[in-house]
Amino acid sequence: MYAFGYHRPTTIDEAVTLLGQSEDASAIAGGQTLLQSLKQRLAQPGELVDLGAIKELSGIAVDGRTVVIGALTKHNEVALSSEVRKAVPALADLAGAIGDHQVRNVGTIGGSVANSDPAADYPAAVLGLGATVETNQRRIAADDFFIDLFETALEPGELIKAIHFPVPKRAAYVKFAQPASRYALAGVMVAETGDGVRLAVTGAGACAFRVPAMEQALAGDFSADAIKGVQVDADELNDDIHGTPAYRAHLVNVLARRAVEAAR
Amino acid sequence: MGEPTTKIGGSTRRSEDKRFLTGQGRYTDDINMAGQTYACFVRSPHAHARINSIDTSMARDADGVLAVFTGEDLANDGIGGLPCGWQIHDVSGEPMAEPPHPLLAQGKARYVGDHVAVVIAETKQQARDAAELVDVDYDMLDAVISPAKALESGQPLVHDEVPDNRCYTWELGDSGAADEAFERAHHVTSLDLVNNRLIPNALEPRAAVASYSPGEDHYTLYTTSQNPHLARLLLSAFVLNLPEHKVRVVSPDVGGGFGSKIYPYAEEATLTWASKKIGRPIKWTAERVESFLSDAHGRDHVTRAEMALDTDGRFIGMRVDTKANLGAYLSTFASAVPTILYATLLAGQYTTPAIHARVTAVFTHTAPVDAYRGAGRPEATYVVERLVSQAARDMGLSQAEIRRRNFIPTDAFPYQTPVALNYDVGDYDATLTRAEELADVAGFEGRREEAQKRGKYRGIGYSTYIEACGLAPSNIAGALGARAGLYEAGEVRLHPTGKVTVFTGSHSHGQGHETTFAQIVSDRLGIPFDDVDVVHGDTDRSAFGMGTYGSRSLAVGGSAIVKAMDKIIDKSRRIAAHMLEAAEADIEYDDGTFRVAGTDKSLSMAEVAFSAYVPHNYPLEQLEPGLDESAFYDPTNFTYPAGSHICEVEVDPDTGRVEIVNFTAVDDFGNVINPMIVEGQVHGGLAQGIGQALLEGAVYDAESGQLITGTYMDYTMPRADDLPSFRVDTCNTPCTHNPLGVKGCGEAGAIGSPPAVIDAIIDALRPLGVTDLEMPATPLRVWQAIQDAQGRQVA
Repeated sequence: MYAFGYHRPTTIDEAVTLLGQSEDASAIAGGQTLLQSLKQRLAQPGELVDLGAIKELSGIAVDGRTVVIGALTKHNEVALSSEVRKAVPALADLAGAIGDHQVRNVGTIGGSVANSDPAADYPAAVLGLGATVETNQRRIAADDFFIDLFETALEPGELIKAIHFPVPKRAAYVKFAQPASRYALAGVMVAETGDGVRLAVTGAGACAFRVPAMEQALAGDFSADAIKGVQVDADELNDDIHGTPAYRAHLVNVLARRAVEAAR
Repeated sequence: MGEPTTKIGGSTRRSEDKRFLTGQGRYTDDINMAGQTYACFVRSPHAHARINSIDTSMARDADGVLAVFTGEDLANDGIGGLPCGWQIHDVSGEPMAEPPHPLLAQGKARYVGDHVAVVIAETKQQARDAAELVDVDYDMLDAVISPAKALESGQPLVHDEVPDNRCYTWELGDSGAADEAFERAHHVTSLDLVNNRLIPNALEPRAAVASYSPGEDHYTLYTTSQNPHLARLLLSAFVLNLPEHKVRVVSPDVGGGFGSKIYPYAEEATLTWASKKIGRPIKWTAERVESFLSDAHGRDHVTRAEMALDTDGRFIGMRVDTKANLGAYLSTFASAVPTILYATLLAGQYTTPAIHARVTAVFTHTAPVDAYRGAGRPEATYVVERLVSQAARDMGLSQAEIRRRNFIPTDAFPYQTPVALNYDVGDYDATLTRAEELADVAGFEGRREEAQKRGKYRGIGYSTYIEACGLAPSNIAGALGARAGLYEAGEVRLHPTGKVTVFTGSHSHGQGHETTFAQIVSDRLGIPFDDVDVVHGDTDRSAFGMGTYGSRSLAVGGSAIVKAMDKIIDKSRRIAAHMLEAAEADIEYDDGTFRVAGTDKSLSMAEVAFSAYVPHNYPLEQLEPGLDESAFYDPTNFTYPAGSHICEVEVDPDTGRVEIVNFTAVDDFGNVINPMIVEGQVHGGLAQGIGQALLEGAVYDAESGQLITGTYMDYTMPRADDLPSFRVDTCNTPCTHNPLGVKGCGEAGAIGSPPAVIDAIIDALRPLGVTDLEMPATPLRVWQAIQDAQGRQVA
């Protein structure tokens, strides 16, 4: 770790000001990615702006149609929320399968979504459930949010305040864990929503992405068999020691079918 | 239910756990000395590079920096390299190639993580900051990672003076007899096998604190060593040229070694030397990334193996050709692992009459490879048991039947194998019978059918392994190339009040010696368990020691303590005879009490001890006062733990994921001192063996030589939820040649389990046409094997 300045603002405005004051300032939420980078000296922020004391960023609000989760809400708070579980059980399941208890007690939904790690779980939920990302400046539809590897639509000085998840008719998230990191080697969120079927994949590509061919097939027939022959294009998928593009493409199909079967 | 007995055979709770579980352990990184400084090593980012120059000026000028040293500084002080402890001879008769192993690179860096310079500063942060300012001018050179490729002509040389990167080619067994067996074989089973490279990953990273006292001209080194006396011997006599009596090495609580902490490393030697140069104590604690890069790795063999069988499925011959990766330098026992500890085990539990092994050891641009839990014996077991299981399938015999047809029968012991070892005792059929019972093999087909209904493929795999432990008869080891003895030292000191301190040369870094050894002493001397303390890990306290590895501590270290206790009892008997006014021959000893035969006149061990230290009524003309005896024990043979492992898996054909649903291990460890500790050792060994089979594998990029599995994001350690609840039992035949009748249990799980796991998967996937699978059987590999097999079937 290199030395850095540390700030712990209590309001969003204060945080934005602090982030704007320095060229190499970095916001830190749960720190589950950033701290590892700092320890290995892979990141060198001059100033660290800890969002943890900004109370308005935390919390869960559920009405009949939407689940709103504050950016600083921890994975275990989502996983263990009876309201979330009742409204969108797939979301509670997803949060409960991130990392281990230590990670879930510290890591936050906003941190995960803002980081757009190609193997993180939450991006599949945001995209698959058709959520809206609320920032201090605007509202961004999920379809416009994830741009590329570790790249989102967020502008400098823009902080996620909350994620708004519309409650689907039914949904499920199924992931296949990379054996070492237990991040998603591939993960699929499928949802039947008021606006049709959405199916989003994480772990397999540069960032979370939808599979329109599967969505169309499921729109006519929401069954595993309907997508049995629908493969994603392996050419675009990640290649590493844990999974070839062909394996990931195959897993996406397997997990998509399992998700359809598990949707509730 | 009361507490278990604290005598031999009781599952006494581990006395050391109190301090470990309450945060009172004292590890090397917990040691802090007045005026302590911190070291950070500059490591090569390249697998192979010429070092044109090292500019240390910026680093020297950085805040808090006290010194920056390079290989040149060490050379100027006449500091040698790290020695290899075992000299193997090539088939040509020449000794193996032994290129220098400098503490800090000289002229070239030979693997990613190789030590290039060291920065010493007031704080850890300053040392690390300044290390980034050391400007090394490298010329990157091509690297070679695979041992097979490294032998080809035209490949980059790791050491210019070692042609073809070949350290040695070594043979064992009668090649003529083996060839003759293959000529008349009814069937030959052949396999190409890879024994995957592993990274040890002890929970506690390596660490050292070195200091020098000018007043006494004396060095003290705290270090994470499995054998501090060997570290002192090698550092003083071979590396730093220091008087051995002026160096104290302390290895306090150590959080796991698994072999990786046997060897003296560059860091602790450099620190010891530098502590005098700068006149301050220096601490270094490895970061996890450094552990991945620079701890000695394990395994890494590529093998062609063949088994010749007659019409009845009897093994009549075996040929093995292995290429072993040594990494960039010869680590302490590196040369012995793929030879003495490997090829000698190729007979397994079987009567195979003719065996020939050829081993070529190869340098590559990777971290040094050395002994890792099992050391050579897992590699041998993997070769033998994969061959046996495949031969069973080839011959249409059951896994149990082919083994029973070839087991060395119980009446054949002592049994001389064709590969040098002489097994003293065993009952292989007994462990297999018990394992099949415990694994409910009879119910397997039903479970397979039930799994099939759920879309899962279920399979069962066997491994009946043997190992040679209790290293080792020194004269035999010497004849085989060892440059050290392999005895152990023990001292038993009775204090005037009847309390006991035991000093051992063995070292406990998870094994529970403080409990096991105290049980032995309590049992033999009739002294309460709580009145016995076991001291280890300090060259100033124990006379000598060869340390803990190779499942040797109880068989060798424990035997030394028993020998010392025999001397205590002999002397005590003479003291008791005097005090009880009886003839020595009339004194009976039992469980801490000396009694005049046929009378009620008796003395306790504590009373005798008191008299020995307050010798008022004492035979001073015949006996010295005091009651403190020491012994060295040199074993007359290896010990031969053996057992049967049966693994049952379920494979998800859609994802390639393997779940171990049952794992049964029935072992023969000889006499057992503490069954709970033994079971714990088996569990740990199984976790590592299953880890090798399913999860763990060090991967270097074949071109760049970068370690791809350099963090836990990519190197898969076994976790609790990767493992089933083990079914563990023992069927013991006492060792015939050591006083406790013990064999050792520390490595068995890691040795026996990998082939059982792999064969269970192959068995499961037979319906899909899968016939072979490489370790680790990751989901990707299993899925790929299914795809390939299906492709073949379609074609």
